[in-house]
Amino acid sequence: MAKTVRETIKELTRNHLLAGSKCYGQCLTAVGWVGGTLPEFYEKDGMVELSMADVAGAGIVVGAALAGERPIYVVRYQGFQWFNAPIIANYAMKSKDIWKRPCPMLIRSIAMEGGIGPVAGSSHHSIYHRMPGVKIISPMTAKEYTMAYENFMSDDDVYYISEHRKSYDNNLELENIIHDNADITLFPISITRFAAMQAATELNEAGYKINVIHQVWIKPFVFYEQWNTALKNSKFGGLVLDDDYAEGVASSIAHTMMLESNSRVETLCLQNKTAGFYPSVDNLPPNKEQIKKKILSIMKQYGSRRK
Amino acid sequence: MSEFRLNVFKRASLSRNFEQFVFNGIKNKVFKLPIYLSAGQEYISATIAQVMNDKDIEPNIFIQHRGHSTYLSFEASIEKLIDELLGRKTGCANGMGGSASIHSVEKNIFGHDGLMGSQVPIAVGHCYKTQEPTIVYMGDASAEEDYVLGALGWASTKNLPILFIVEDNNLSILTEKKVRRNWEMQNVAKAFNMRAYSIQDEPHSIRDSLAGAFDGPMLLNIGTHRKFWHSGAGIDNEDIFDRYMEEMKLLGPKALLIHEETKNKVEKLWQKQLEKQ
Repeated sequence: MAKTVRETIKELTRNHLLAGSKCYGQCLTAVGWVGGTLPEFYEKDGMVELSMADVAGAGIVVGAALAGERPIYVVRYQGFQWFNAPIIANYAMKSKDIWKRPCPMLIRSIAMEGGIGPVAGSSHHSIYHRMPGVKIISPMTAKEYTMAYENFMSDDDVYYISEHRKSYDNNLELENIIHDNADITLFPISITRFAAMQAATELNEAGYKINVIHQVWIKPFVFYEQWNTALKNSKFGGLVLDDDYAEGVASSIAHTMMLESNSRVETLCLQNKTAGFYPSVDNLPPNKEQIKKKILSIMKQYGSRRK
Repeated sequence: MSEFRLNVFKRASLSRNFEQFVFNGIKNKVFKLPIYLSAGQEYISATIAQVMNDKDIEPNIFIQHRGHSTYLSFEASIEKLIDELLGRKTGCANGMGGSASIHSVEKNIFGHDGLMGSQVPIAVGHCYKTQEPTIVYMGDASAEEDYVLGALGWASTKNLPILFIVEDNNLSILTEKKVRRNWEMQNVAKAFNMRAYSIQDEPHSIRDSLAGAFDGPMLLNIGTHRKFWHSGAGIDNEDIFDRYMEEMKLLGPKALLIHEETKNKVEKLWQKQLEKQ
């Protein structure tokens, strides 16, 4: 049986700490161990509990990174990045440019949603996306997570790992689906990748040709030639899916794709509204049905004009 | 007069003469960037640097934006600071740091990013990792940042060998402390179970307060006076107390001679660096 994402993160963290580095965060050693992704270590083993002062806590980890520790910093809800970002974005990400003093740290930023209200829910990788000095990866599989960690360990930049709790049980790798002359190409990010695969499978069974090209490396964004060709050959262009608001990563990479392919690329992300706690007022990532509906709507709208 | 006091004066004199030259340069539009002069406050770093030197301690130093005197007191390269203010790649921060973000690898001085007070949690994290003697400077305004207070609390919890220095000139740009708050930093630090004292920038007071520094976290709130404007070349108050001039009077002809020699040295260094353009 292949390892799950949960088991992979736990093993990587264990080895990281056994090698002498540290893992910092709030409420790490409580029941649950951050969704079972941490080894049951304590401060003497390198698992460091910070106080609940988010901005200061992030700054403390930046200081440890500056001292060469290569810390892992666990932020249990991505929405808490609004407090954590200031010193990471303004010091850790700029230190190499200004002083030639790298400040490499791996930020485990964990998304989840469903009944957790206006701050804690969904992904927030767009907060950091505009800043120089950061690499953003959103791994949803065990191999992708290992790749992200290994890249971090051989680099001297800040790494923002946009995780999602619903990926933790996943033990499958997600392959791209590319057809000749597809109807549309999906470019899903984070947890939307699973719904995109389901939507594509159902529409393909219904006779459509839907490409799915998974987006793992968010920044730097590289628009590979194979992807560009797939997009250019798609009758109705592309659709970027994200678990964050559209006004960020999704619009940015859609913009790059459009410039390079001269094809139309739309976005389907969180709605532009505040999430409430009750299901009827929540703001969830696009699900399978919403993705299918959007694809069919694009096809209907542009059917006569083609792209 | 004690040798210690004279040695502190030498360090302070380097800073004062450097800042006076820069002050004149700003007026003559030599510089193309905002400059934060530390004149008037130089006795704090001059004294602490002398004490560290006498005790043979080489601390990690986290500087703030008004940091020329800290940089110079701890004997970082004056030529590189001049080049930095001139925006050259040979500057101490590769021409990127300007006046506010200077640093020195050789002297373990870490630059400041411009986010007021961010150096405090960063210093705490660095100290936690290294467990080495660490000094972090902040102003009485940046001390009010919430993340500074959070970092003080954690440094106390972890009993780190760190010294927090509050350069208290009573001003945030021009807003006085009494307008901004009704509490004092030494009391906040004490509430965090940390040793803390409120003193003035008189060298013996600072030296005596440093006894036991790095045995655990400690905070010194040091009253001082900013001689020039918050930024740029100007004087807010001609009558403001000037520790440097007071010490020069106290130390007599020897100090006057040091002042003159240092002034000539600084001017020559500036001329030499300016001619390189």
